[in-house]
Amino acid sequence: MVERKIRVLVAKPGLDGHDRGAKVIAASLRDAGMEVIYTGLHQTPEKIAATALQEDVDVVALSILSGAHMTLFPRVLNLIRENGMDDVLITGGGIIPQEDVEELQALGIGRLFGPGTATGEAATYIQEWFLANRADDEV
Amino acid sequence: MDETSARPLTPSLQRLADRFRAGDSLALARCITRVENQTGGFEDLLHALHDGVGRARRIGLTGPPGAGKSTLTAAVARLLRDRGETVGIVAVDPSSPFTGGALLGDRVRMDDLATEPGIFIRSMASRGSHGGLATTTREAADLMDAFGFDHVLLETVGVGQSELEVATNADSTVVVLVPESGDGIQAMKAGLMEVADLFVVNKADRPGADRLKKEIEVVQAIRAGSPMAAAPAHHGVDFTAIALAGSNPADDGDDSGGAPQIPDWEAPVLKCTASTGEGVAELVERLDGHFEWLEKTGMLDEQRRLAAIEHTRRVLERAVQRQAATVWTEWIGDDGQSADQVAGSPYEIARRLARRLGPGSEN
Amino acid sequence: MSSVIDTEVPGSADLEQEVERRRRELAELEAKLAAWNETTGATAQRDDTDFTTVSGQPVRALYTPLDTQGDDYIADVGLPGEYPFTRGPYATMYRTRLWTKRLFSGFATAEETNERYKFLLARGTTGLSVAFDFPTLMGYDSDDPMSEGEVGKCGVAIASLADMETLFDGIPLDRVSVSMTINGPAIMLYCFLLVAAEKQGVPFEKVTGTIQNDILKEYQAQHAWIYPPKPALKIITDVFEWSSAHAPKFNTISISGYHIREAGSTAVEELAFTLKNGFTYVEEGMARGLDVDEFAPRLSFFWDVHNDFFEEIAKFRAGRRIWARHMREIYGAKRPESWRLRTHAQTAGVTLTAQQPHNNIVRVAYQGLAAVLGGTQSLHTNAMDETLALPTEHAVRIALRTQQILAFETGVPNTIDPLAGSYFVESMTDELERQAEEMFAEIDDLGGVVAGIESGYFQARIARSARRFQDEVEANSRLIVGLNSFQEEGEADIEILKIDESAGESQGRRLAALRQTRDADAVERTLAALTEAARADENLMPPMLDAVRSYATLGEIRSALESVYGRFQEPVAF
Repeated sequence: MVERKIRVLVAKPGLDGHDRGAKVIAASLRDAGMEVIYTGLHQTPEKIAATALQEDVDVVALSILSGAHMTLFPRVLNLIRENGMDDVLITGGGIIPQEDVEELQALGIGRLFGPGTATGEAATYIQEWFLANRADDEV
Repeated sequence: MDETSARPLTPSLQRLADRFRAGDSLALARCITRVENQTGGFEDLLHALHDGVGRARRIGLTGPPGAGKSTLTAAVARLLRDRGETVGIVAVDPSSPFTGGALLGDRVRMDDLATEPGIFIRSMASRGSHGGLATTTREAADLMDAFGFDHVLLETVGVGQSELEVATNADSTVVVLVPESGDGIQAMKAGLMEVADLFVVNKADRPGADRLKKEIEVVQAIRAGSPMAAAPAHHGVDFTAIALAGSNPADDGDDSGGAPQIPDWEAPVLKCTASTGEGVAELVERLDGHFEWLEKTGMLDEQRRLAAIEHTRRVLERAVQRQAATVWTEWIGDDGQSADQVAGSPYEIARRLARRLGPGSEN
Repeated sequence: MSSVIDTEVPGSADLEQEVERRRRELAELEAKLAAWNETTGATAQRDDTDFTTVSGQPVRALYTPLDTQGDDYIADVGLPGEYPFTRGPYATMYRTRLWTKRLFSGFATAEETNERYKFLLARGTTGLSVAFDFPTLMGYDSDDPMSEGEVGKCGVAIASLADMETLFDGIPLDRVSVSMTINGPAIMLYCFLLVAAEKQGVPFEKVTGTIQNDILKEYQAQHAWIYPPKPALKIITDVFEWSSAHAPKFNTISISGYHIREAGSTAVEELAFTLKNGFTYVEEGMARGLDVDEFAPRLSFFWDVHNDFFEEIAKFRAGRRIWARHMREIYGAKRPESWRLRTHAQTAGVTLTAQQPHNNIVRVAYQGLAAVLGGTQSLHTNAMDETLALPTEHAVRIALRTQQILAFETGVPNTIDPLAGSYFVESMTDELERQAEEMFAEIDDLGGVVAGIESGYFQARIARSARRFQDEVEANSRLIVGLNSFQEEGEADIEILKIDESAGESQGRRLAALRQTRDADAVERTLAALTEAARADENLMPPMLDAVRSYATLGEIRSALESVYGRFQEPVAF
C-alpha cells in the first residue's frame, strides 16, 4: 500500500473574480503534500459537486467573497450529500460575518477562515480533520 | 495471494463492485482511488471487474508543457460526446518532487464538461516514479472501460519516460506540439517523434505553424528513408510484417514504390486551434481512421495483446515489490534496529531475505 | 541648492562662476555625506523593518541633492498643466477645483437604487457612480442559473434597457453625468444608457459620463471577462470610433491599475502594466485609422492608493510623466489634452483589516492624503467595514468626512504638488519611471500585452508579488497592526450591513414579464443582425443599439456575440 494522499478540491463558486485567496490556499495545500484539484473561476454548485464526485476528494474548500455564501455553501453541501458523499469535509474562506459562520457550521460546514488567516492554518486544520476522520478508510 | 485463483472479494469490496456494475459513478471514483492508493484488495477488485475491459477505444494525448493538451482533450471529448458517445478522461499532472503534493489544474480547461452526463474526468498526480504511473493510469483506464465508456482519453505531459508510457499505452497516440520556437527539436529529443500515430500542431493561428508542420514532415521523411525506418515502430511491432489490403489513409503517403504489401501508417500532421475548435473535427475523423486501420490490419489485437503482456509483467513486479517491502519491514523492524544486529554483507542478507518471498508473504 | 526658476539669468562669466560654485557645493556635499555615512553606518538600526517600501523597493536613510542632480527641472518636472505634467494635469489644480469626492453606490434592484440616486441628487451630488452586481458585471441575466445568490448583492442588477430606464427614471441624463464600473459587457451597458437617454429625448451628443471599459486588466487581474482579448479589443475600439463621432462628451475608458494592485502587484507593476495597457488601446485605435488626438483626450486612468505613503505619491507623478512622454514622443500626439493623464483614485481595499476594523479609518486617511498629494482628480475613500461586508451608511459617512477634513481642515490643497523638489520624492519618481520603462521593454519582448496575457505573464507576476507580500506578513518581517502585531483579545464588534435575498426573485419576475411583453420577432431579428455584423467585422455599436431598443437582454446579447467570438479561457497561473 502506498501513502494515502489527501485530495482536496479548491473551488471558486460565484461570479466574482477574486481568486487570489483560492490560489494562495491551493499552493499552500500542495506545499503541505496534498493533491489539490483547482477548477478555476465561476464554478456552479453543480459543477463543484460533480467534480468532487469524479475526483473522489476528501475535502472541498470553497472561497466565496461575493456575499453569496448563504446561498452557495448550503447548495454545495446538499448536492454533495445527495451524491452519497457524506464523509467529505466542506470548508472554506471569505468575507463571512460571524453569525453566518455559526449558521453554516450548524448545517455541517467545517471551519471557515476569514481575511488575514495565515495560509498554513488551513493545511493544519485539514490534516487534523483527515487523521481523525478519513485516514484509515475502507471504502 | 493464492497463486492459481483470485480470492473472493471482502463484503465491502463486493458491495463496491456491485455498485460499480450498477453504474454508480461514485463507485467508479472510489475504485480509482483504491487503485491509486493501492489500498488492500485493489487487485482483487480489478480482477473482479476485468471481464468488462476491452470495449473502449483508448486515445493518448501527449506533448510538451504548454502545448494546449487539456484544451484539445476537452475539444475532442466534446465532439465525441456530441455524436452520442461517452468519454472517460484521465488527466495526469506532475507531483512536486519536494513535498509530494500536486496542483492538478487540467479541469480548468475542461470546465464545460464538468456536469456533462456521459463524461467522467479524473485528475491524477504522477506521484514520483515509484507510483508506477503507467500501471496505475492503465488500471484507471481499465476501470473506465469496464464502467462502459466508449472512449478513454489519457492526457499527460510528454516529458520523462513514465509520462510518455501513459499515452503510448493507448490504441492511438496523439502528439501535440505548438509553433513556439524549438518545439520540433524539443519533441525529437523527448522521443515524441517515435510514439506518434498522429501529430497535432496546436495553436495553429500563431506564426510558425506551417513551418513546424513542414519540420515534422521532413523528420518523418528522413526516418522513413533512413535505416531507422526498418527499426520496429513505436509499439514494438514491425508494421511491415503485416499485409494490408486497401489504400494508405495518410494524405501524402509515399506510394512511389508501388508496393501494396506495405501497410505502414504514416502519422498525419494536422493543424488545430483547440481553443476555437478549429481542426478538431478533422482530428477526430483521423482518429477514427487510425482505429479502423488498426482493426483492419489486425494491429489492434496485436497491440492490445502486447500491452496486456507488458501490463502483466508490471503487475508481477509490483507484487514482488510489495512482498519485498513486507519482508524488509519485518526484518528491519519499526525502529530500524535489526540492521545493526545482523552481521553479513548486503548480498548475503538480501539472498537470505529473498528466500522469504513467495506465497503467503503478502497479507 | 537653488533651483533654476528662482535663479536670475546670469551673464556668461557669471554663469561659469555659478557652475563652478555648484560643482564645489556638490563636491563638498559628497565628502560630507561620505563622512556621515561612515559614522551612521556604524550605528545600530531598528530590526522591526528591513527599510523597504511595501513593494520591496529599498529606501535609504537619507536623500540629498546628489540623488536628483540628473533631473532637468523644465524637462523632467516642469509646471503644473504643462508637459511633462509631473506636477499635475491642470495649471491651477485644487486652487480652482477640489478633487471630486466620488462615492460608488448601487444595490439590489434598479428601483431601489433609483431612490438612492434621487436622494443623493437632492443633496447636491452632480455625478452618479453605478456599482453593478456580479451577474451584470459578467454579462449574465438575473435569471441565469449562474446568477443564483448573487443578484443585487454587490451592486444593482441591470439585465435590459427596461432596468436602465427604471434606474434613471426621473433623472435627466443630459444634466447628470453617469460613471459605470463595467468592463466585459461595457458596450452593452453603454448602449442601455444611451438608449435610456434617447427615450428621455436626450441626444447622444449630450450624454456625459464614463465607462470603465478596460478589458486588459480584467485578464490580468480582476477576471470579469467574456470574450478573448482580440475580439474584446475590437469591441473597445468600436466604442472609441463610434463615440468620437456620436457621443463626444463621453469618457469611453478608464484605464485601471486599481485591480492589478489589489490582486497583489507591486506599485511599479501597477504603474507599468496599466500604462502599457493604455498604450495598447492607443495602438488599437491608431491601427483602426483613428486620429490619436481625436480619442486620446477621452482616455482616463484609475490608480490604487496603497499604504506606502511616498511610493504612492511618486507613482502618481511618474505615471503622468511617462504617459506624456510616450504620447508625444512615440505616438506623435499633438494636443496637450492627449498628453495629460487624468486620474481617479481609490484607497486600497486590500489594506483594510478585519481585525480592529476601526483602525481602517486611519489607514484610509493616510492613503487619501497620499492621493491628494499625488494630484488625483477624484477620490473614493473606502469605508472601514468593507473587508467584512458592503459598507453601512455610518461607515460610508466617515469615509466621506475623511475627505472633507482633508480638503478643508489640513491646508494640504492650498499649494500645488507640495512635495516637488523633495530629494526623496523626486528620486523615487525617477526610479519608478526607470523601472516601468524596463518593464515595458520586457513586455515588448514577449510580443506585447495580449501575448503576455495569453502566456500568463501578468497573472504569474502578480501572483508572485502577492505571495512575497503574504510571506513577509506571515514571517512578521512586515508588520500589519492588529494582524500580525499589536493584536487584541476580543475584537471590537462593529455593525454589518445585510442585504436581503429578495432582489433575485423580484428581478426574475421583472425579466419574465419583459420576455412576455416585448416583440419577440424584433429581438430575434436585431440579435441576428448583431451576430452578422460581428461576423462581417463591422462596428458593433449601431446593430447593438438596435438590439437594445428591441429589449434584447444582457445575457442574450452576450450569447449572440459569444457564438462568433467564443469565450476567454482562463490561463492557469499560480
